[in-house]
Amino acid sequence: MSETSFGKPEVIEEEVDILIIGGGMAACGAAFELQRWNADKNLKIKMVDKAAVDRSGAVAQGLSAINTYLGENDPADYVRYVRRDLMGITREDLIYDTGRHVDDSVHQFEKWGLPIWKQEGDEGKSLTEGGKPVRTGRWQIMINGESYKPIVAAAATKAIGMDNIQEHVFIVRLINDKNDAGRVVGAAGFSVRENKIYIYKFKACLLVCGGAVNIFRPRSVGEGTGRAWYPVWNAGSTYAMAAEAGAELTLMENRFVPARFKDGYGPVGAWFLLFKATSMNAQGEDYQAKNAHMLQEHGYGTYVKGHAMGTCLRNHLMIHELKNGRGPIFIDTVTALANMAEKMTAEEIEHLEAEAWEDFLDMTIAQCGIWAGENIEPDKQMSELMPTEPYLLGSHAGCAGIWCSGPEDLPGTPDHYHWGYNRMTTVRGLFTEGDGCGASGHKFSSGSHAGGRIAAKAMIKYVQDNRDMVPVLDRSVDELKEELYRPVATFLEYKDYTTAIDVNPHYITPKMLQFRLQKIMDEYVAGVSTLYQTNATMLGIAERKLGMLKEDSLKLRAKDLHELLRAWENYHRILVAEAHMKHIQFREETRYPGYYYRTDFLDLDDENWKCFVNSTYDRKTDEWSCKKVPWVELIKEVD
Amino acid sequence: MPTYVRTEKCDACEGQDKPACMHICPHDLMRLDIDGSETGHAMKSYNQEPEQCWECYACVKACPEDAIENRSYADVTPLGGMVQPVRGSDAIVWNIKFRNGNRKRFEFPIRTIAEDSIDPYAGTPEAVEAELGDHSTLFTKGTHSCDFSQFKAS
Repeated sequence: MSETSFGKPEVIEEEVDILIIGGGMAACGAAFELQRWNADKNLKIKMVDKAAVDRSGAVAQGLSAINTYLGENDPADYVRYVRRDLMGITREDLIYDTGRHVDDSVHQFEKWGLPIWKQEGDEGKSLTEGGKPVRTGRWQIMINGESYKPIVAAAATKAIGMDNIQEHVFIVRLINDKNDAGRVVGAAGFSVRENKIYIYKFKACLLVCGGAVNIFRPRSVGEGTGRAWYPVWNAGSTYAMAAEAGAELTLMENRFVPARFKDGYGPVGAWFLLFKATSMNAQGEDYQAKNAHMLQEHGYGTYVKGHAMGTCLRNHLMIHELKNGRGPIFIDTVTALANMAEKMTAEEIEHLEAEAWEDFLDMTIAQCGIWAGENIEPDKQMSELMPTEPYLLGSHAGCAGIWCSGPEDLPGTPDHYHWGYNRMTTVRGLFTEGDGCGASGHKFSSGSHAGGRIAAKAMIKYVQDNRDMVPVLDRSVDELKEELYRPVATFLEYKDYTTAIDVNPHYITPKMLQFRLQKIMDEYVAGVSTLYQTNATMLGIAERKLGMLKEDSLKLRAKDLHELLRAWENYHRILVAEAHMKHIQFREETRYPGYYYRTDFLDLDDENWKCFVNSTYDRKTDEWSCKKVPWVELIKEVD
Repeated sequence: MPTYVRTEKCDACEGQDKPACMHICPHDLMRLDIDGSETGHAMKSYNQEPEQCWECYACVKACPEDAIENRSYADVTPLGGMVQPVRGSDAIVWNIKFRNGNRKRFEFPIRTIAEDSIDPYAGTPEAVEAELGDHSTLFTKGTHSCDFSQFKAS
């Protein structure tokens, strides 16, 4: 690409009724639902994905299980399970809503060709025909999920048509309405292939571009830094763009720290639940039983019932061992497989081995690469487990995200839970789901698809109710062009100042900015190097350092379109990191022991903190404000 | 590196409108070196940012020439292992080679119907306009049974 054209992008403007930003499970669910309601309306729908829809989002690689399928359970039981796992504070209306619709999405997947494992005797019988799935837990079902995403994507692209899907364009900024600051009516981004800027006007927008990965310094150091547990391309764009448009965020103090197979981050679910593996410390002790008394301290056991406890608490028991030098933690794959093989024929054993490998090959191939390189065969050698670096997300076992309106038909929902349109944020016209929708974790892949559908239906209604609204952008095209391409202009202006282009006092590369962010977050905001501990003083230092980092983001450079992508991803990461830090600072308790500890407020303090923490960001003044929002229990607890 | 492109096999997807790996990589890692100025190999693709590779294998599976393989993260894994798939239209075969030379082979189904025969709306009802504001159903009317007595306010 010549330098002359690189600095001067072409601007493409398009007006649509509904814009979907992202191409993952929620986006594909939305496309499927939208087009059916649009059959006689002729609304213009567009999906914009920074990658290719066939392999984008968190399910790109595939999955070996669908983690949310209710089947014989009542949605109220699903709410109870999510509430317990997330330490009491969740939006039960949103979770219930997902619960009542999620199975239908799974039934569609099966119809579109996703192979779902069935119990013996039910092979060949679909779920809707009464086929019983193979469960690894009360909510999880096993699948042959290598092509999960291409299958779901095919249904979505066929629904709205490939002409209405723009791939390889990264939306980086939402634009408010000139006549109504509380409404979004536009989005701007750029092509990662051509020298082009895209500016969309719309009536409604579904912002679904995933959670936040690589905010924290990863455990790996070189090539392995790509081996994040959650997809490395999830840059927190959902939260950052929403915050900058004025949307209220919720529970951004929450994070997920999965305990996984060390280094490869292979999943443990099937190993613990299906193969009945146990874990132990260096001395071979069952540390969970040994440390169970720790749940009596600091109120951490408030939401424990029998063996059912929040995922963070399992980490809490594990981290205690690591802190006291009794690591590593092992998962005993050898005994688990031997126990299962005891009553099996040779053929059944072979099948069992294939199942164990498929669990990784479907969704974490990298773990197999590590096993192959280290000569580890799970039936012969145990593996290590390790808690990872923290991730922010709203669809897996975490509940960070955006504060959304819920359905108003569920008994007892308070007024502050709904304001007209399901899954709309506090900004008119801006909807979200999947990782974007906060306080409602454990949607997983299927729930995100169903959630996208729920949001889609509400968006159709919003667009109908606002059909005469004329969107007017409050930013000019020139302003947006200058802002989006600033890293390019900076590079072109200063690149010849030094002989080596990567070291230059006038700019910072996206890679170095990311390293700086990760170092700050790791050392001061409860990353792995402090074993997830922080306090007010550390947070104060983080605040100051993040402030300067954000100032320096204006000096990001982009030597090509690939770096422009990285520059904007990392700008989004800074905002998410700042939100995370502010929320942890505000919540003066330890709500999620095992995910993070406020060492100056070690108690789980229901009396003062059984509430949501919501925040807003003012882009003009660069100020965050946090507040408490009342939590309401909708579903009865059972004994 | 983690995924790498075999020089003698890559043909830059000659005859297609874009290289398959460049199109499919979810993280924009694969790049076509048009004039050879980046790698010394003109008209071949390469992984431009290996330390950002998730090893998701999207490029490996998509490459029509089987030119892309994966060498597990060098800062983590001893050399010599190999995990390589062949993805067909309805199944995927995985060949695994351990550092010590042991081998394993697995085959798993990936879909039950052909990709081009997916019909998103086959057998589903039309949307009923009067139900647009009704939260209890989506257009497919597949809502799970709900025991409302479980609500505190019921």
